[in-house]
Amino acid sequence: MISILTAVLYLLLAPIAGGLIAGIDRKLTARMQGRVGPPLLQPFYDVAKLFEKEDVTVTPSQNFYILSYLVFMAVTGALFFAGGDLLLVIFAFTLAHIFIVLGAYAAYSPYSYVGAERELITLMAYEPMIILTAVGLYLVTGSFYVNEIAVSTVPVALYLPGVLIGFLTVLTIKLRKSPFDISTSHHAHQELVKGLTTEFSGATLAKIEIAHWYETVVLLGIVYLFFGFNPLLALVAIAITYFLEVFIDNTFSRMKWQWTMKEGWGVAVTFGFINLAILYYFYMGV
Amino acid sequence: MAYLKKSPWLIHYDASSCNGCDIEVLACLTPLYDVERFGIINTGNPKHADVFVITGSINDLNRAVVKNIYEQMPHPKVVVAVGICACSGGVFAECYNVAGGVDQVIPVDVYVPGCAARPESIIDGIVKALGILEEKRANMTQKEATHA
Repeated sequence: MISILTAVLYLLLAPIAGGLIAGIDRKLTARMQGRVGPPLLQPFYDVAKLFEKEDVTVTPSQNFYILSYLVFMAVTGALFFAGGDLLLVIFAFTLAHIFIVLGAYAAYSPYSYVGAERELITLMAYEPMIILTAVGLYLVTGSFYVNEIAVSTVPVALYLPGVLIGFLTVLTIKLRKSPFDISTSHHAHQELVKGLTTEFSGATLAKIEIAHWYETVVLLGIVYLFFGFNPLLALVAIAITYFLEVFIDNTFSRMKWQWTMKEGWGVAVTFGFINLAILYYFYMGV
Repeated sequence: MAYLKKSPWLIHYDASSCNGCDIEVLACLTPLYDVERFGIINTGNPKHADVFVITGSINDLNRAVVKNIYEQMPHPKVVVAVGICACSGGVFAECYNVAGGVDQVIPVDVYVPGCAARPESIIDGIVKALGILEEKRANMTQKEATHA
């Protein structure tokens, strides 16, 4: 059953949860580097500040694309938390990213172009693994619907260890953490400035940030699906996952795009595909 | 509501001279001084920046660069001149190609003297600039209100 209530709850609460996760992320990063770090609510201050800034727009269409990015990211999450079709969720998710790429291409700046191209490359790198994740979840639970997968009593993670490893790898690409933060990074100062967000400022940049909060919640929601048979275990798994992401972010430097492609497709083939092949012959045959 | 003070993003540019002040600016970002405690992020992108920290004197080559960076920053914005070269040209003031301090090209809000300026005084200067930033924001919204 499709639940409108959880979708509405997601739309209202996800930015709060996503912002808090971003705050914890920055605090944790600071502690790992031996610093005090910013206050927990710092991401909210940043976004609130961006709304106070002057509106500097080079090409008016870029604002439309970014608004579409935010809207489709919210739609993705709403579909997911309403218990909708996982394939449709993935489709809406990809569409949202196409909009931010279009936004970056709309602004005439070489940095923005380089960022947009790199974003397309990361899109190519993680997409196969995301699709295999949906296929894997279907093979084990017999449904593409998120609400049915989430309440499935089958221990999904035990059947799909390879797919889980593969998904966690592309999660690093998705969350734009080092070593895969090639399209946009706070730390890429003189080299690509700020990638595809270079030409965005003020309220537009704030919208990108809010969309990213929505995105984080959906991605961690997919991690939940692997442990849906035990909600408590699922929450622990999500916490460990995010801690590992921050840890990897702090221990790796940025890598070239070639490496992102090899890593993304590599895990999809070795872990994802082989896991699914074994599952198909030994489990589905029974 | 004033969130500007809680989240000032800065861009730093080393105009010329010895690079001494520039590495002191970067020292502020290290674990010892950790300016991220105050929400300060070093952006490297003028369109995201609120505070323009500039070191070194202005000469004929970088005059246009400094002006360009300043003009790309969205309002409200503040300029902090760090080091004696940025304040007045310092020992280079008499050189044939040196225009003098940063205020020869763009309006400067806070001067942080020193050769090189210590991280503590740079942080003091930026904190002082945040007050001016807040004032500018208030003026900006007032102006918008009167225009509308």
